[in-house]
Amino acid sequence: MVGIDLVEIDDVREALRMHGERYLRRIYTEREIAESRGRPERLAERFAAKEAALKALRQADEAIPWRAIEVDGASLRLEGQAAELAGNRELALSVCHEGPVAAAVVVAR
Amino acid sequence: MTDQIREIIKQHGRMPTDVDSLADDADLFVAGMSSHASVNVMLALENAFDVEFPDEMLTRSTFASITAIRAALEQLSDEAVA
Repeated sequence: MVGIDLVEIDDVREALRMHGERYLRRIYTEREIAESRGRPERLAERFAAKEAALKALRQADEAIPWRAIEVDGASLRLEGQAAELAGNRELALSVCHEGPVAAAVVVAR
Repeated sequence: MTDQIREIIKQHGRMPTDVDSLADDADLFVAGMSSHASVNVMLALENAFDVEFPDEMLTRSTFASITAIRAALEQLSDEAVA
């Protein structure tokens, strides 16, 4: 299965401006917060990766918190129901950002 | 409550369509709400209604329409009272 997602970096900026720490703690892991250093484009790439992974993994409309999918460099670490859904499939991730948009593709196989 | 939800979607949903013209049960994702915009809507709803969506409610369907959001908020406020 393949998942793809686009994120407008301005959406991340608005979330940081409006909700700050609450937004970060709700969506991102400690590692992701540390590695992103508050830069919206890096956070946007990570959010796109999480959503792309959800699209690749979800079979129905399972409840999966964003923090259960962690971006670690060029790979993904899964916890809880995200890990259960993935089973023994391997996930491959590619992310980028350009101008106002960040994008991610996840392949699960 | 429906008007307040609609106003929050208008402010935070970055919708490419006129939110006022959407039916209460119209699919917000089909109408153009992005996954990240739905996070901004969720956090704004939590502020406005003084609730927190638990992990088990973090499904696409919870935020898929004004009707669905209202049902989720009513469930959360019922649980807070109980």
